[in-house]
Amino acid sequence: MGRRVLVTGIGTFWGGRVAEALERDPGVDVIVGLGARAPSVELERTEYVKADESYSILSRIVRATGVDTIVHTFLAVDSSQVSSRQMHETNVIGTMNLFAAASQPESRVRNVVVKSSTLVYGSNHADPAWFAEDSRRSARPRHRVERSLLEVEGYVRDYAADNPGVTVSLLRFSNVLGRDIVTPLTRALEAPLVPCVFGYDPRVQFVHERDVVRAITFVLDHDTGGTYNVAGAGVLPWSEVASICGKRLLPLPPAGRIALSGLLHRVGIDLPPEVLDLLTYGRGADNRRLVRAGFDYEFTSAGAVHAFAEASRLRHTVGEHQPYRYERDVEDFFRHSPAVLRSPPG
Amino acid sequence: MAETPSRKPRLVPVPSEDAAPFRGQDWLAPNQERPQNPEVDPERLSDVDEWGRSQHLRDILARLYDPIYDRWFRVEWEGFDRIPREGGALLVANHAGAIPADAPCIMHGIERDLGRPVYGLADELFKRIPLVNLGWSRLGGVQAHPDNAYRLLREQGQLVLVFPEGSKGPGKTYGERYQLRRFGRGGFVQIAMRAGVPIVPLAVVGNEETMPIVAKVPALSKALGVPYAPITANMLALGPLGLLVPFPAKMRIRVLDPVVLDVAPDLPRYSRSRIMDTSEAIRHAIQEELYDMLARRKSIWFG
Repeated sequence: MGRRVLVTGIGTFWGGRVAEALERDPGVDVIVGLGARAPSVELERTEYVKADESYSILSRIVRATGVDTIVHTFLAVDSSQVSSRQMHETNVIGTMNLFAAASQPESRVRNVVVKSSTLVYGSNHADPAWFAEDSRRSARPRHRVERSLLEVEGYVRDYAADNPGVTVSLLRFSNVLGRDIVTPLTRALEAPLVPCVFGYDPRVQFVHERDVVRAITFVLDHDTGGTYNVAGAGVLPWSEVASICGKRLLPLPPAGRIALSGLLHRVGIDLPPEVLDLLTYGRGADNRRLVRAGFDYEFTSAGAVHAFAEASRLRHTVGEHQPYRYERDVEDFFRHSPAVLRSPPG
Repeated sequence: MAETPSRKPRLVPVPSEDAAPFRGQDWLAPNQERPQNPEVDPERLSDVDEWGRSQHLRDILARLYDPIYDRWFRVEWEGFDRIPREGGALLVANHAGAIPADAPCIMHGIERDLGRPVYGLADELFKRIPLVNLGWSRLGGVQAHPDNAYRLLREQGQLVLVFPEGSKGPGKTYGERYQLRRFGRGGFVQIAMRAGVPIVPLAVVGNEETMPIVAKVPALSKALGVPYAPITANMLALGPLGLLVPFPAKMRIRVLDPVVLDVAPDLPRYSRSRIMDTSEAIRHAIQEELYDMLARRKSIWFG
């Protein structure tokens, strides 16, 4: 009996890619993808259910499909893309509904993986250089996204405490870089002048997008429960990151950033306040717990920056490749038509 | 103040048999439990380590600081051999001077003459000031968080310098010179206990006279959010330039015998009375040495 997986946020960057990775795993029987938007990657055997994360729909799906694994990737961490009310709705209410659905008596859920972020640690001047999984924040959260992520983690902890038979893995991912992902940091690094905060050159850490997906599948394969930081080894100063990308720095005055942010917005650089904090004080997450659990990182922080720089240069030369467009009829054909061979011939 | 990257090709050294495990020299096992050594990591352009310290920049600035160390302060050490050549140790010293010159002198002396980097623990205040925080961290300044100290001492076996008087030390007026203030709550002892490293006390004479505080302006210090707003003798002599130019007092640094703490490392709690006893004993030892050195000192400027 293989795994039956429910992936939330199938239309997001991570949901689609996690489903892609799970499709390659022969031990996974059924993949159900839930999301408000269609997936942006080519999926062959993932069922896409277009739905929002209301409790009634989630509980019906969990009951009807009998999924034993939930991968929750539908957490917004980029506050430049969503309004704060939507973020609260997505993160907090969506997670609450998901765990409520997973806690119902008929649920057969045995594994839950939640994709959180090292944003929960924040970036303050009183921080230690490295945050371990049990480190405490050095200051109370001042940003909406940090507060909503902390609330989400609270729900995850409650769920894990109430359901000791379920393996709950909470993965805190550092800033992601890679070939395809777009975040405020990647937009900053692709601008002609990379913004930085005048008078500060913080050490920042990255994780490569491939390592993100690999970490999620690793945790499922090895049934590792608990909280883990997922981040590339090492930290490097922001100025060095800009140099690797071949860019020069544009210092922003520490005061009056709010005023300048309007100007920057015109140029396409949106620096939400938590990213400005990151560019002032930096953040390091100790990744050794997952390494000790057996995970092998493909990229260090510096390696992720190099990979991003290479992809960025390629993009500037040959242009964007066309994003995948989800066609409902074609996808239904792949999943349900008898003409499609279920196992390779011969 | 962006780090100028060096794009010179680096010769990657062959790891030696007796390489110290926590210097990251086993680069053959990349990106796992060992911290990256930025000086040999081929993916890095600069050698800024995880604490922000850059050996390269340190070497450049050391050449500029040499004349100040040798000619202006004419630093002399006693018992330099008591500083451990390998392994972690917590260096503890008295702190004085409105803008203290003892920290750079101690760090420069050890880095130059012993060849080991020294990381200086300081208040988080430094990390907040634009520009200053950059220079400070590039030269080995680290914010005084217990997790940072533990990692430096226990996991990386580095020398860490801390001033237990905190900002109370430099905030002394000239009339209170060389009377050691309370050594905090003994936090430095607890750090050394948890990390399982010896404490090496240092007694520094001459730092009080480099920038003596004649008076303080409490209203100004509250307004600026700094521990103290001093009026120094240098400012009286040189005007506003006085904040930048210390007097050429002769600095003597005496290294006392390392204190090896007789407790197991990595315990969650240590006996509070043991911590306070050790802290008080160390403070007393440094105070006695200071009296001795001051009694022998014939002149402030010439020793």
